[in-house]
Amino acid sequence: MNIVVCLKQVPDTASKIVVKDGRVLEEGLTWVVNPYDEYAVEEALRIKEKLGGKVTLVTVGPERAKQALKDALALGADEGIHVTDPAFEGVGPYGVATILAAALQKIPYDMIWAGWKGVDLDQGQTAIILAEKLGLPHVSFVTKIDIAPDGKSATVQREVEGGKEVVQTQLPAVFTAQKGLNEPRYASLKGIMAVKKKVIPEWKAADLGLNPDGLGSRKVELVEVVPPPERAAGRVIPGAPEEAAKELVRLLHEEAKVF
Amino acid sequence: MSNNVLVIAEQRGGTLKKVTFELLTAAQQVAGKWGGQVDAVVLGAGVRALAELLAQAGAAKVYVADDPALARYSPDGYAGVLANLVRRVEPAVVLVSATFWGKDLAPRVAAKVKAGLASDATGIEGQDGGRLLVTRPIYAGKAIAKVRINTTPQMVSLRPNSYPPAALEAGRAANVEAVVLDGYQPQAVVTDFVKAGGEKLDVAEANIIVSGGRGMGGSEQYAILEELASVLGAAVGASRAAVDAGWRPHSDQVGQTGKTVSPNLYIACGISGAIQHLAGMKTSKVIVAINKDPDAPIFKVADYGIVGDLFKVVPLFTEEVKKLKAAE
Ligand SMILES: Cc1cc2nc3c(=O)[nH]c(=O)nc-3n(C[C@H](O)[C@H](O)[C@H](O)COP(=O)(O)OP(=O)(O)OC[C@H]3O[C@@H](n4cnc5c(N)ncnc54)[C@H](O)[C@@H]3O)c2cc1C
Ligand SMILES: Nc1ncnc2c1ncn2[C@@H]1O[C@H](COP(=O)(O)O)[C@@H](O)[C@H]1O
Repeated sequence: MNIVVCLKQVPDTASKIVVKDGRVLEEGLTWVVNPYDEYAVEEALRIKEKLGGKVTLVTVGPERAKQALKDALALGADEGIHVTDPAFEGVGPYGVATILAAALQKIPYDMIWAGWKGVDLDQGQTAIILAEKLGLPHVSFVTKIDIAPDGKSATVQREVEGGKEVVQTQLPAVFTAQKGLNEPRYASLKGIMAVKKKVIPEWKAADLGLNPDGLGSRKVELVEVVPPPERAAGRVIPGAPEEAAKELVRLLHEEAKVF
Repeated sequence: MSNNVLVIAEQRGGTLKKVTFELLTAAQQVAGKWGGQVDAVVLGAGVRALAELLAQAGAAKVYVADDPALARYSPDGYAGVLANLVRRVEPAVVLVSATFWGKDLAPRVAAKVKAGLASDATGIEGQDGGRLLVTRPIYAGKAIAKVRINTTPQMVSLRPNSYPPAALEAGRAANVEAVVLDGYQPQAVVTDFVKAGGEKLDVAEANIIVSGGRGMGGSEQYAILEELASVLGAAVGASRAAVDAGWRPHSDQVGQTGKTVSPNLYIACGISGAIQHLAGMKTSKVIVAINKDPDAPIFKVADYGIVGDLFKVVPLFTEEVKKLKAAE
């Protein structure tokens, strides 16, 4: 199995997000591999360990994104490709999918893994647009996958409200990982050392035959970012548990009117 | 191009989801402002009867793709049918639900018709000049983005509970147009549904959520939350600490790597209020915290709080709610 994993570098979920002049400040953010992509990497490694093959990581992003490749290479992936070009800044999901689709013309694949969303802009679009661009089926929110012995199809479980859907798909296909798919491993010392010897190729727009103007960057345009509305300070209901519980029910019923 | 708004109706097992009626409310506001009309499309097998309901909820025209081949959902298959329709009727805006279904389908439709998609939005506003201003939380609600979509159509997936559901007006007959499938060849197809234990209400769809964290101490102790939830008609949620401890399934997790929820009432029991948890529930209309630590960060976002032992407070609270319900 040749497995490609699409990796996105995102701010750590513990990061404080500071909004200034209608934009999110990048200074002070710590960057990590998107948590959902960690599940994707883990699944790719497990499939490789079972069926043999190769795991290739691809990220589209600026210089700092190389670290995301290194972090995931340390887990045991075979190769990492850094697709980077000033023209790729802020192109949006459609643009990134277009770039990834071009990169994938140069990488053999039997399956493509991604996260269901990046925990930065919470879009959840890139992988599915990529599937459409490559003419492949996709299955999103994957929590379990069984690959047929002939490697030509898979039976997949995806999360939905109130249960799981079972999906049948041919391969190659694009899969997006949901939490619960697996428990990602930690990097071993050996893995971390091995990364030092890896060469991470850089692919630019010209290497992919991409016209930077055609990347769909303006399909959705950011007008401004504002801080979330502050929640007014609430009140702590005093008294013994009996009185407090009673008063809480009264307030929820009469003041907040939620039941 | 028209000024019309097309709502993609979501149904499961022949029943329209509540979010569909919320989409119709949002659609009505935009179409009203632009002098367009609200249309709806529904796909499935044996879904013809739903057209009446959609019409009563305000859809001027209802496109019905009713075919045995559509009995089983396929993202690429359904997206193909929808893309053909969108190309033909040229709506100004296409609205879809930001549920597991809509999140799976919308990017595929958008890619096919090369439309910009603003996903998981909480508000849309029709502006002069025919463009939407879309509000969508980013960084799990730690910031709010306002975006404009520069394509035709403009596509938006809308988070459940963002708008009130459209009221039904009896007697409004549907203007139905059948959508004929043309060379339908789905690739990925849903073949089965495995229900989570019992008749479980999903946290993403619930109006009230009773959520428990590490303070619950174990899976059995959730019985007190289950009881409160059944009295309130609520869903039971959990923090990641509780999920990672194996007390609750992943599907119950609220937060940045769980579900983002906006119920009318969120009751957090034994949850400290870590930033990743707050990210998933901060937009709830009313938040209640029950925690023995007065300095727990959850109290900073709670409208009402009780500092105390949840094992004392929750059963008392449940009893008081029962009394209230009995009195009504
Ligand atoms: C990448 C990443 C993603 C994450 N995503 C999520 C996410 O999606 N959702 C999420 O929830 N977390 C997430 N987390 C974890 C988050 O950082 C916290 O660790 C977690 O939310 C803590 O859960 P908790 O509040 O239940 O536990 P704790 O922080 O341990 O809090 C337990 C609380 O219970 C109270 N308590 C204990 N006993 C009682 C009692 N008898 N009565 C009343 N109160 C009591 C304590 O005072 C305490 O405040 C994420 C972390 C990372 C790094
Ligand atoms: N710049 C990128 N480079 C590589 N993969 C990406 C990139 N952006 C998004 N992806 C993949 O697409 C998924 C969904 O991202 P998004 O659409 O940004 O929410 C991520 O989890 C990644 O797997």
